[in-house]
Amino acid sequence: MADLKNMIAQLEQVALEPAKAVAGIKSEGKKVVGMFPLYLPEEIVYAAGMIPVGMWGGQTEIKLADRYLQSFCCSIIRADLEMGMRGTYNMLDGVIMATYCDTLKCVCEDWKVAVPQIPFIPMVYPQNRNIQPAIEYMKAEFSRVQAELEKIAGTTVTEEKLEAAWEVYEAYRAACRKFVKLVEKMPKTLNAKTRHLILKASWFMDKKVYTEKLNAIMEAIEAAPAEEFNGTKVVVEGIMTEPLALLDAFVENNVCIIADDLAHESRQFRTVGRTEGTVYERMAYRIADAKGDALLYEEMKTKGQFLIDLVKDSKADGVVVCMMKFCDPEEYDYPIFKVELEEAKVPMLYMEIEQKMDSVEPLKTRIQSFAEMLS
Amino acid sequence: MEQKEKISSKEMLNNLMANHYKSAMEAKANGELVAWSTSIAPQELLETMDIKVVYPENHAAAIGARKEAQKFIDDAEGRGYSIDLCSYARVNIGYKNIQYADAENIPLPDFIFSCDNICHTVLKWYENLAKDLNIPLIVFDMPFNHTYDVPDHAVKYMKGQIEEAIKRLEKISGKKFDHDRFREVMEQSNKTSQMWKDASMVAKAKPSPLNGFDLFNYMAAIVTSRGTKEGYELFKRWKEELEEKAAAGLGPWKPGEEEKFRVMWDGIACWPYLGPTYKGLKNNGINMVTSTYPDSWTILYETGDVDGMARAYSSNYVNRNLNYGVDNIVNLINEFSLDGVVFHSNRSCKLMDFRQYEVQREVEERTGVVSVIFDGDQTDPRAFSTEQYNTRIQAFLEMLENRKEERRKG
Ligand code: SF4
Ligand code: SF4
Repeated sequence: MADLKNMIAQLEQVALEPAKAVAGIKSEGKKVVGMFPLYLPEEIVYAAGMIPVGMWGGQTEIKLADRYLQSFCCSIIRADLEMGMRGTYNMLDGVIMATYCDTLKCVCEDWKVAVPQIPFIPMVYPQNRNIQPAIEYMKAEFSRVQAELEKIAGTTVTEEKLEAAWEVYEAYRAACRKFVKLVEKMPKTLNAKTRHLILKASWFMDKKVYTEKLNAIMEAIEAAPAEEFNGTKVVVEGIMTEPLALLDAFVENNVCIIADDLAHESRQFRTVGRTEGTVYERMAYRIADAKGDALLYEEMKTKGQFLIDLVKDSKADGVVVCMMKFCDPEEYDYPIFKVELEEAKVPMLYMEIEQKMDSVEPLKTRIQSFAEMLS
Repeated sequence: MEQKEKISSKEMLNNLMANHYKSAMEAKANGELVAWSTSIAPQELLETMDIKVVYPENHAAAIGARKEAQKFIDDAEGRGYSIDLCSYARVNIGYKNIQYADAENIPLPDFIFSCDNICHTVLKWYENLAKDLNIPLIVFDMPFNHTYDVPDHAVKYMKGQIEEAIKRLEKISGKKFDHDRFREVMEQSNKTSQMWKDASMVAKAKPSPLNGFDLFNYMAAIVTSRGTKEGYELFKRWKEELEEKAAAGLGPWKPGEEEKFRVMWDGIACWPYLGPTYKGLKNNGINMVTSTYPDSWTILYETGDVDGMARAYSSNYVNRNLNYGVDNIVNLINEFSLDGVVFHSNRSCKLMDFRQYEVQREVEERTGVVSVIFDGDQTDPRAFSTEQYNTRIQAFLEMLENRKEERRKG
């Protein structure tokens, strides 16, 4: 048990001090490439011998970014631009961004002017993603991005290297899928905050190293006795669940995150890769095959049913929607799945969050009442 | 004599729009297919198939101008739509539920046509409509051009979608797609687009015969009638009128009302406040000569060239990079001899807003014109204050006057 705690603490530390973790990677002589939200071709970065790291904002005061963005822009992107302008990201050897939403399209352009010091690779994923021309389009984008990355890395990416990177990523994704299921066995040890930090650590580590560490943690969990838990189990939905104080509120009220539908967490790894085709094709199909994601167009939105199934499978008591304020795509999905959840009689708590909030107290109270209602 | 027999372009516009709404309602009543489409979508396909189409953005604008947006907005917000979302979407989703407006009425669609060259928002909004109404949705995804021009692999992808869309339209309508007719429609659409552009270009004259707020009115027709001869005739008539005025040296307003300053408007109108926004400028002798509207529907390509068509649709300025956005405005400033730019920071439209500050800086730097940004919204009446607007315009006027004075001094 002491071992397990230590192993977990190690990953938590990475998530709590990302700058230190990234500096650690750099000190090993590796280059690092920043990944804007949401889904990017990390395999290519990895195949080029570099480490992709996440750029999902942070709790920072916004001053410089106001030069580019009105106040009604989502807090993740305001924070990213702020930190880019402030030089916080100067240790990055490159940055990739894909234009998944209107905000990202604009910030793609602003970033070029505002943060000229870091090599920047903009790209586009298709929305009409299930037709063959979209697959071809993605392949063309991947190869364009690969050429840019090769320049930064100073190496050539071969099919073997891509193949190896794909294996590393599929192993990491499989490990994460297994991990989120293990929460059920140890809902106390893997409380809402710890679960989040463990998953978050993956954004600042070599995925191969991360997977080894996560596998070791899971082995220890499998060997340990299951924990008694009489609290509330919920599925969380949204882009991400920060600030951390929000997760403290889950923990304080004995609310466990039994499964998630977060862009920052499960949506990264829940789609299993296909096994046939070139690596580019497999990467493209992971986008084409994704379901119930606000950022990926779906003619017959399946998100509501997806959440209902997730609640059922994970035996959750309800859903907590963590709505990232000013995130249009998520805000459009909500009224639709709200009706579907209501019809299915799934209890739901809707909260608007921002990365930097004056006070999370009102949210704490709401989480508490939701937990009381469900218990 | 002959002059008198011609009806004015304003009447033509009114007739055309009345007929647009009426014929859509009739088509629905007769059991014909009706589509809802975004405002800059490849309407050529629908026109070729002779399918009636109405445009929710236009309709929402009409509702906004009629000052009845709030009840539809309330309906949508009551269903969980955030106040931060595009107000066209909120109005339209409210309308889908309420199904009656004093302004105009549109029939519910049998399928939906959505092109994201104007924003990602329309993908989400239309996805919701299709889900709620349980009808097919045909999407044209036009990848954002972070490059100046449209890259070839994007053209291929878009062409592929047009081909897919044709197959789906055949399936939905049970009719064969007529490629000869398609060519005719392409030709007509180009002619109408060009005429719309030509008419707007008459405003280059000094003083401008055009009061740019008219662009907001005529825009309704370029959206609905780009593929038709009626649209072409309307813009031709409008152009003639403007040319006649220009030849007579007439300005935008009544004789004696001098056009002191010439400016452009960036973004969408504030429909519920057309009067106050117009007067705030006009009362100070400021004429809005042009805007980003004319080029948005100047969609030109060779007849029969589907690649070119895809490229043209993807070339909308909001779907292109910052350099293009800046060049676009700089060109308008030069072509129309403008003194300033009015930027509408539109609470509804993140895609137009989040580059605006930088565009403003670069445009000012490159041209030396002055500009102002005001807060508003295209249809949500709560997000605009006439008082604040007037204060901004007063400050703008001072800048315009100072600049004129400085230039006079050399
Ligand atoms: S608006 Fe939403 S999807 Fe877009 S960057 Fe912000 S959080 Fe991400
Ligand atoms: S106003 Fe902006 S967000 Fe709304 S539909 Fe038009 S382009 Fe899209």
